[in-house]
Amino acid sequence: MASDTQPVLRGRDLCKTFAVKERAPVQALQGVSLDIPRGVLAALVGPDGAGKTTLIRLAAGLLRPDSGSLSVLGFDSSKDAQSIQDRIGYMPQRFGLYEDLSVQENLDLYADLHGISVEERAQRYPELMSMTALARFTDRLAGQLSGGMKQKLGLACTLVRSPELLLLDEPTVGVDPLSRRELWDIIFQLVHDRGLTVLTSTAYLDEAERCSHVIVMHDGKVLTQGDPKETAKQAENRVFVAAPAQGDSARALQARLLDDGRVVDAVPEAGRVRFVVAQTDADLTTPLQGANAEPAQPHFEDGFMILLRQRNSAEHASSITLAKHLDLGEGDIVVDVHDLVRRFGKFTAVDHVSFQVHRGEIFGLLGPNGAGKTTTFRMLCGLLKASGGTLNVAGNDLRRAGAQARQHIGYVAQKFSLYPTLSPRENLEFFASAYGLRGAKRDERIRWALEQFELEHSAEAVSSELPGGYKQRLAMGAALLHEPDLLFLDEPTSGADPLARRAFWRRITALADQGVTVIVTTHFMQEAEYCDHIAILDGGKILAQGTPADIRQHAKTQDGAGSMEQAFIDIVLEARGPRAAEQAA
Amino acid sequence: MSDARAVSTRAKMRRVRALIVKETRQLVRDPSSLTLGVALPLVLILLFGYGLSLDVKSVPVAVVVEDASPQAAELAGSFQLSPYFKPIRLHAMADAQELMLERKVDGIVRLRSDFSRNLALGSGAIQVLVHGSDANRARIIQNYVQGAVGAWSARQAAEGETAPSIPVVVQSRMWFNEANESRYFLVPGLIVIVMTLIGALLTAMVMAREWERGTIEALFVTPVRSAEILLGKTIPYFGLGMVGLALCVFAARILFHVPLRGSLIVLVVCSMLYVLVAVGIGLLISSAVKNQLVASQLSLLATYMPALMLSGFLFDLRSMPTAIRLLTYVLPARYYVALLQTVFLNGDVWSVILPNAGVLAAMMVILLSASRAVTQKRLE
Repeated sequence: MASDTQPVLRGRDLCKTFAVKERAPVQALQGVSLDIPRGVLAALVGPDGAGKTTLIRLAAGLLRPDSGSLSVLGFDSSKDAQSIQDRIGYMPQRFGLYEDLSVQENLDLYADLHGISVEERAQRYPELMSMTALARFTDRLAGQLSGGMKQKLGLACTLVRSPELLLLDEPTVGVDPLSRRELWDIIFQLVHDRGLTVLTSTAYLDEAERCSHVIVMHDGKVLTQGDPKETAKQAENRVFVAAPAQGDSARALQARLLDDGRVVDAVPEAGRVRFVVAQTDADLTTPLQGANAEPAQPHFEDGFMILLRQRNSAEHASSITLAKHLDLGEGDIVVDVHDLVRRFGKFTAVDHVSFQVHRGEIFGLLGPNGAGKTTTFRMLCGLLKASGGTLNVAGNDLRRAGAQARQHIGYVAQKFSLYPTLSPRENLEFFASAYGLRGAKRDERIRWALEQFELEHSAEAVSSELPGGYKQRLAMGAALLHEPDLLFLDEPTSGADPLARRAFWRRITALADQGVTVIVTTHFMQEAEYCDHIAILDGGKILAQGTPADIRQHAKTQDGAGSMEQAFIDIVLEARGPRAAEQAA
Repeated sequence: MSDARAVSTRAKMRRVRALIVKETRQLVRDPSSLTLGVALPLVLILLFGYGLSLDVKSVPVAVVVEDASPQAAELAGSFQLSPYFKPIRLHAMADAQELMLERKVDGIVRLRSDFSRNLALGSGAIQVLVHGSDANRARIIQNYVQGAVGAWSARQAAEGETAPSIPVVVQSRMWFNEANESRYFLVPGLIVIVMTLIGALLTAMVMAREWERGTIEALFVTPVRSAEILLGKTIPYFGLGMVGLALCVFAARILFHVPLRGSLIVLVVCSMLYVLVAVGIGLLISSAVKNQLVASQLSLLATYMPALMLSGFLFDLRSMPTAIRLLTYVLPARYYVALLQTVFLNGDVWSVILPNAGVLAAMMVILLSASRAVTQKRLE
């Protein structure tokens, strides 16, 4: 047993290389050294492929380092993995639940495996149940739980006995803000009340900011580790918020700032633009065009972006140029949904939903898991018939002229839905034919897609082996081949790292500027800031609609200071009323 | 010290039991496993038992009698009486050849005009022509003809009409399957198929599923040892294999009246060995590929197909080309088929049972220790 002063986890010069068929081996970790003190909540952040999962698996004794040493709780992870595994809790990315077992059966299985006595269970189970609010669902099969509930059950299973160290691998991927907040409340409580040490990887930088110890990884190396406030300090005097000048738009301002080499990062924030400059004395009068930039408090995310840009390998956020000039008839209503209803048997998934989307707008459909977003989406794309209401897309009544409407629509599904064994070029060729493109026109469109989405160099690779960001670009390229004027994106950034998300939104805003109407769903509340209009959906009903600034007004509590996320949570909780209060308790 | 060991053994037992309970629950809830484990054997039993038959009966043959002697007439008559033949009496060979070409008959029995004269001289010859497109059937027909001729000459000898030293006497008997009922060997053969599917295919699939869904990762990071994970997989599927065996034996005895001449104990012990061999193969395959689809394809290819084609269940091992015959020696199904056929149709013939069971036991030890060796609690 390690003494209290020793770090719970100590790694020195860890290297790990994976052999890949017919290609150069991947160096997942290149000399990683880290210390995690006892009783801290530590976050592991970094872009995809930085080596986060590999590091966590090494700590769990599931992988052996090629060189270097790793001691966990005083045990050598390559020689004494079992001793570590006897003492830690680990939740893999897919939670490790048996979907055909009930909540109770999953808990019992892990309790048996950990050798928890009946008396201990009697004390432990009620605790876990009240912590996770799963008490009402003990008989339900794990496979029938929502994403957020699965995640809490996964956590409960790792907590059936008090672990000395808890390892979580991206526990909040694909989970709505509400469930995310609940999970973090549990984790904070564990660290605070029980002195548990937690190491979690995450794609959410705001989560990392709330941790006491952060390890920033990139390309298998540790860029920095320690207090996230230290990282934020790097951005001191370099963060500004600017409101666009009269006659300018926030989106145009953001685009100009991003195109300026001296700007590290620029994101929309409540109708204004928050940006980070590379040097404190940079003169930005040209891109600002009269906008008044005020200094702002730096966040961890700002420091993180500076760190990554310093490495100079951060993905450059490219714009996009359409081949066809779309008619920018401002104010045209492209999507008109009125009283839309969809029932599945007795269950009403979409309950009298109405909204309008104008040409060139980005419209965000937000809501917890199971709110009816995907059902609405499918009806808009003509994949699902509406039970009632009217649905007008690009001037066509979807109930009568579905095929015509579909000609105007591009759709990017939540999961990568292209053919994984074909190359990007072959995938594009197939989709071009499916959209009825032929001959020179087809070749031209494929060339356009490869060029605009920077896929030329990997056009002949096998799609399934491409990194996540490439796959998503390919999916977008395929959806835009037939030059649709309306683009549907269903959780396009789920599981994507902060850099890939920025690159993605750069393209989306460029598309909207050129007249493409975009309807998007997302669990990242920061991304909602990119939208012109937002509708918040829960239980099949629209709870609130308006611009991001309007929605922010709904935030009630001081905590989070009127952030989009707080507003979202408050809106949903208020509408859910007593039920939500019980769940939150 | 011994106390600590007792505690650790108890903990081990508890973990294995937890895994078995979990596996059994999954098995019962997953329709595809149950279909494969219980419904498929039932369908196969009914299909093989009632539908498929390799019996050769009422074979159409042309009997060409060119000799007008009473002996020839009587011999021709004995084909008429046999349930195995549906003879057509002809007088000209040309007509018979015509029928053979049109495949209206499967064979020709020709009694030449000098048949009775030669018989009297002590060298009676009968020409038998068999349609050889189906070699197995041809051989059976040939045997039938010899049987019929043999029966005839035995009768002749008994009646004292010819000298006892008759040269046409052919001794041919079907052993162990006197009635030539194909059910007698199809149903035992079926047990091989069912055991193979449950043992190898199902085990490979459920283990690959744990890898595919990532549940094994969570399982690994607990006090559970890899040997316990393997035991937790082996025991339920071993149990399911035994259920399949019981179904098959029940069907064999009650529905199809297949005799069980050896002892049930020997049958069960041999089957246990074989199921464990199959489970070992399934575990090895799944730890190599970790993908349900590939695991199922691979286990069908590596176990089910050979069990069907190369085990001696459908096709005689001795009539295979040498290279393929040598290959069958590495197939566990071969030994199990030999054991099953012996125990069902022959009895407890220890000279057959011991060597075959010995090979299976050795294979079991090798395969299970190999899967124990490859199942490390690591993701590489």
